[in-house]
Amino acid sequence: MEFLLINHPLDCPICDQGGECELQDLSMGYGDGVSRFTEGKRVVKDKDIGPLIQTDMTRCIHCTRCVRFGQEIAGIMELGATGRGEHMEIGTYVEHSLVSELSGNIIDLCPVGALTSKPFRYKARAWELTAHPTIAPHDAVGSNIELHIRKNDVMRVVPRDNEAINEAWLSDRDRFSYLGLNSAERIAEPMIKKAGQWQTTDWQTALETAVEGVKGIVAKHGPEELGGLISPTATLEEAYLFQKWLRGLGTKNIDHRLRQQDFADSQSDFSLNDWALADIDDSDAIVLLGSNIRAEQPIIAHRIRQAALSGATVSNINFFESDLLMPVQHQLAVDAKDMAYYTLAGIAKALTQANKEDAAEWRELLGERRPSPFEQNVALQLSNARNATLFVGDLINHHPQASVFRALAKLIASLSKTTLVILPTANSNAHLKAKTLPSENGMNTMQMWQSDLCAYVLMGVDPQMDTAIPDDARRALKRASFVVAINSFHSDVINEHADVILPAACFAETSGTFIGIDQQWQRFAGGVEPRGDSRPGWKILRVLANVSQLNGFEHISSQDVVDEIESEWNMGQKPASHDFIPESFSVTSDLMLISEVPMYRTDSLLRHSNALQQTPENKANDVARMNQQEADKRGVNHQLPVIIKQGENQISLPLEIDDAIADGCIYVAAATLASVAIGRMFGQVEITQAGPSS
Amino acid sequence: MTEMLLTGPKEGLFTETLREQMDTWIAKYPAGQAQSAVIPCLHILQAANEGWLTTAIMDALASYLSIPAISVYEVATFYTMFELSPVGKHKISVCTNISCMLCGSEKVMQHIEQKLNIKPGQTTEDGLFTLKEVECLGACVGAPMMLVDKQYHEFLTEDKIDDILDRLNS
Amino acid sequence: MKLDQICFRTSHLEQSWTLDAYRQVGGYQVLENLLKNKMRPEEILEQVKNSALRGRGGAGFPTGLKWSFMPRRMPGEKYIVCNSDEGEPGTCKDRDILRYNPHQLIEGMIIAGYTIGAGTGYNYIRGEFYEPIERFEAALKEAREAGLLGKNILGSDFHFELHTHIGAGAYICGEETALLESLEGKKGQPRYKPPFPAGYGLYGRPTTINNTETLASIPVILQYGGDWFHEIGTQNNGGSKIFCMTGHVNKPGNYEVPLGTPFSELLELAGGVRDGNSLKAVIPGGTSTPVVPGDKMLQLDMSYDGIGKGGSMLGAGSVIIMDEKTCMVKALKRIAYFYYEESCGQCTPCREGTGWLYRVIKRIEEGQGKQEDLDRLVNVAENINGNTICALGDAAAAPVMSFIKHFRDEFQYHIDHGHCMEHTG
Ligand SMILES: Cc1cc2nc3c(=O)[nH]c(=O)nc-3n(C[C@H](O)[C@H](O)[C@H](O)COP(=O)(O)O)c2cc1C
Ligand code: SF4
Ligand code: FES
Repeated sequence: MEFLLINHPLDCPICDQGGECELQDLSMGYGDGVSRFTEGKRVVKDKDIGPLIQTDMTRCIHCTRCVRFGQEIAGIMELGATGRGEHMEIGTYVEHSLVSELSGNIIDLCPVGALTSKPFRYKARAWELTAHPTIAPHDAVGSNIELHIRKNDVMRVVPRDNEAINEAWLSDRDRFSYLGLNSAERIAEPMIKKAGQWQTTDWQTALETAVEGVKGIVAKHGPEELGGLISPTATLEEAYLFQKWLRGLGTKNIDHRLRQQDFADSQSDFSLNDWALADIDDSDAIVLLGSNIRAEQPIIAHRIRQAALSGATVSNINFFESDLLMPVQHQLAVDAKDMAYYTLAGIAKALTQANKEDAAEWRELLGERRPSPFEQNVALQLSNARNATLFVGDLINHHPQASVFRALAKLIASLSKTTLVILPTANSNAHLKAKTLPSENGMNTMQMWQSDLCAYVLMGVDPQMDTAIPDDARRALKRASFVVAINSFHSDVINEHADVILPAACFAETSGTFIGIDQQWQRFAGGVEPRGDSRPGWKILRVLANVSQLNGFEHISSQDVVDEIESEWNMGQKPASHDFIPESFSVTSDLMLISEVPMYRTDSLLRHSNALQQTPENKANDVARMNQQEADKRGVNHQLPVIIKQGENQISLPLEIDDAIADGCIYVAAATLASVAIGRMFGQVEITQAGPSS
Repeated sequence: MTEMLLTGPKEGLFTETLREQMDTWIAKYPAGQAQSAVIPCLHILQAANEGWLTTAIMDALASYLSIPAISVYEVATFYTMFELSPVGKHKISVCTNISCMLCGSEKVMQHIEQKLNIKPGQTTEDGLFTLKEVECLGACVGAPMMLVDKQYHEFLTEDKIDDILDRLNS
Repeated sequence: MKLDQICFRTSHLEQSWTLDAYRQVGGYQVLENLLKNKMRPEEILEQVKNSALRGRGGAGFPTGLKWSFMPRRMPGEKYIVCNSDEGEPGTCKDRDILRYNPHQLIEGMIIAGYTIGAGTGYNYIRGEFYEPIERFEAALKEAREAGLLGKNILGSDFHFELHTHIGAGAYICGEETALLESLEGKKGQPRYKPPFPAGYGLYGRPTTINNTETLASIPVILQYGGDWFHEIGTQNNGGSKIFCMTGHVNKPGNYEVPLGTPFSELLELAGGVRDGNSLKAVIPGGTSTPVVPGDKMLQLDMSYDGIGKGGSMLGAGSVIIMDEKTCMVKALKRIAYFYYEESCGQCTPCREGTGWLYRVIKRIEEGQGKQEDLDRLVNVAENINGNTICALGDAAAAPVMSFIKHFRDEFQYHIDHGHCMEHTG
């Protein structure tokens, strides 16, 4: 005990770990009251390891848990113990930010105050905080977390153990998103626009204005001219009341699939029965299709890594290669125009050959294709496995040909008896339950934006950052006569084109239900009061329905809403499904724009978390990336910016040569100012070198 | 400094001669255990770089062996024979451990300090000598002793030291 | 008094390190015979057990017993590793084996590989041993060219590869599991035991680690028989052992004599205490072993059990002689500094405690000692002892406890007067 303390500073009064320090606890239990060590103590210079983690290395007791975390869990060894004996120091040796998407876990692992949360530094003492259990909203996992609250502020977020879901870990995204809660961009009061000017107002006026406006349009132009769009991060209750209210007003145009472009397969059934996250651990073959899994679903990536380490084979097929930090058997960056016809059809073809099975409907489409060795390998990997899983991620789901890709994925899965997992976005499983989907003959997201409706109701939607075609969204809203936004954060397009803004409570401020990838219903209560005058979304929607004089909106708590959903759901029958089969594989595009939503830009809360925006991986998003060969072919280089043209839009971005990107592709991160200016995720673009600025 | 190629694809890292030397070591270990060669490789690279290791060299070695850079830093900072800042042309390591101390290593050290006008850990102004105090070098029956570059010198006397250093100086 | 040359048996020859020289003393005949006769590994093991050869690296563990722990029949690679890291202050015998008789070590390692079922061996030599490394490499080359290493050795169906590995300055790499870590290209930080190397060693495979002198003794044991070897020494302490006579002796050097030789005879062989001074104290086995007062030492025999009776250990046979002029505080300060410098940093008591011990002793030596310091030193040393992963912690504690036990008055004098007793320093 004494040995641990002799070189440990006795600065507990200013240490952020104070009150929850394992060393402090031990010394209270076993230590002496007085120090017998009278020599000078060791002092270690602190290292800057990025915006999320604060180091106080003098306090380090060299337990090396953080080093082992990197080796064994995160799969990337960034921290090490350099030097030896008393001179041993934990650090990166060369100062740099940690890149692991799970790095924040070392804060929890460090038993003393050597590694602490940088944003939380000096903000509060452990004993002032009350803990409130809840669910993280940013990916499809629903990690179990605890909010640490002082007065009415979330001071930090830590994981709660749940073996079935996040085990003991938490992604940096879920840990640090709370910092967006107090952003200056939060909407504090209800607002209405009068003669082009925003005015704050009381709730009653705002609600009445909203209802009058919407009802007015319905009366004048018919309910077909009203569209409702809601963010997939909204709770189950919000989703349910949103569609119930709008359907009550008569419209069929409702959707939550904001970044989807291709809806041809909306009748296909991709649901997963009895599948749990822990099943990944038992999987012996895993294929990732169009998913940068570490960024998209960090906790699922962690599970896959553990499976890979215990012997599962992993293949990664995408428009770019990525470092998965695990052993990967096959990795292919596919030219955008080859994805469907060549790669996926090739794998399917190889499977029909191997199994002597004939997918009759596909016979003509697959044609005479001769599978490449890569395609044969993946086919073998899947068909030889006892328990294979195929994950389809955002890069496919947001693609303009998503239906074709997913149909092929489904074919491959059924030929090889593989579990097909279409990775959901945030709480979208709840939205499927709640039916924030178009009714028969109703419009989907794309149709709504492209039809220039008279009125829109938006909930939690930033029309520029959260949609597939910011250009269309902007134009549609501009032309609309009436727009209601139920949002938590200000955004330019809303400020410019909305007529009523109703401030909604955010994550941590409201109760609700999250349905993750494995269909578990996780209920949570609000931990803090909503900012300013904002209200929980489900209450706003209920009152909107009341003001609209609709029946069936007598819910007093969000539990009432859940009860109603459950009973309705139990009565309802599964809609008939039929698989989508493409007519042909159209070969598109000479140069395809590849749009990935960066890890820390997937929703408004994240985009307002300062610390996450400061991370190097986030900052790396302001460039276009292309491989050397492609750049040579098009006569551009990285010395000068390039001009990317899509239709009438064009932007100029610095070019970075990145050989991980597939041929025929140029990568520009979505949900950034640059991508908004391009106007559409994916799609054909042209590229030229920008001239030297004069 | 010896010309060293430190960036680019793995096949092009370092010079061919250095790669050959390092590959001889790597070949001694089973497939997939190239990390075993990290100490010998650091010796080779240190010798090729005027006796010390730069971060760039360590990074390049990490790529060459396909191991994390931090693993190389850990090793380079753990072992005392690796130098992480520039050293003199000749490195003098004087053992002052018990057997050598009993036989007068303190005097040896003092004599060298005076002669070169530096303390242990320092390098002479002309960049010729770096002096180090080291632990037992396994030549205690020849105490007091020192290691100069790759050569052990035992049963040291002041005359003998003068002789050795003067020869290197000329 | 006779020298009994086992590991140094070529030392009378010119260029004793060459294959020719080694063949002149019957080198590699044992290997040839056992390959020709397809000798059963069990028979070899029996000889080694009978020889009562005990590990020359410091712990004195019976070599035959250690070898018998190897899962010989387990499929897959197994390793024999030689520990030529020689870093214990006062020890410099392995260097001379490498320089003057490397082939005997090579033959010993091949035989060990044959016996325990290993196909690959590594000799871990400390990085500063430039000349010995060169000699060993040259010997390897000769052996390879003579068909003594590689595939189908001497036409048999036995394959064995042997490589040099080099260190880079870290005493802790002499500890066997730290050595394995280092051989895997990592920092030399000892592993928890169990699992022992025989089950989980180099690259996770079964591994036997022996000291250079241990392995170099093997060919001679098999040439003349285990019983013959045992009889050279005493009961359970078979053979000759190299003693490194250093410090205040007239003729410092490596003396290979039978185990059980009285210390007084060994001292005589090394020319006695310098300048005819009287013997004050002896560290019999390297700095890790407790110091023994001179008069007591003169009663002891140089064997594992003999030195054990004197409350110390034979260790690596590194005999450090201190005469009446030695300041024991200063000597201990230097030893404490060594462990402070060399702690690998893994275990808290060792990492933090070695620095604490050193600083307090330094203070006493510099005349700033306090009365409570002596008890504190002993107490801190006791708290380190037995509380660490490897024996370096114990090794750092042993000198402190023994120096203060036997020479407390001298430490007391320093505290009271701020300087050395007369005649010392
Ligand atoms: C701190 C420490 C240092 C050691 N240094 C050496 C050494 O330099 N050479 C050596 O042969 N054994 C050394 N040993 C002993 C080895 O761990 C091991 O016991 C020995 O190599 C086994 O060989 P043997 O059975 O032939 O003696 C050291 C042990 C410790 C704890
Ligand atoms: S006792 Fe010391 S040297 Fe041995 S493992 Fe522990 S810290 Fe390392
Ligand atoms: S004590 Fe100096 S070489 Fe051993």
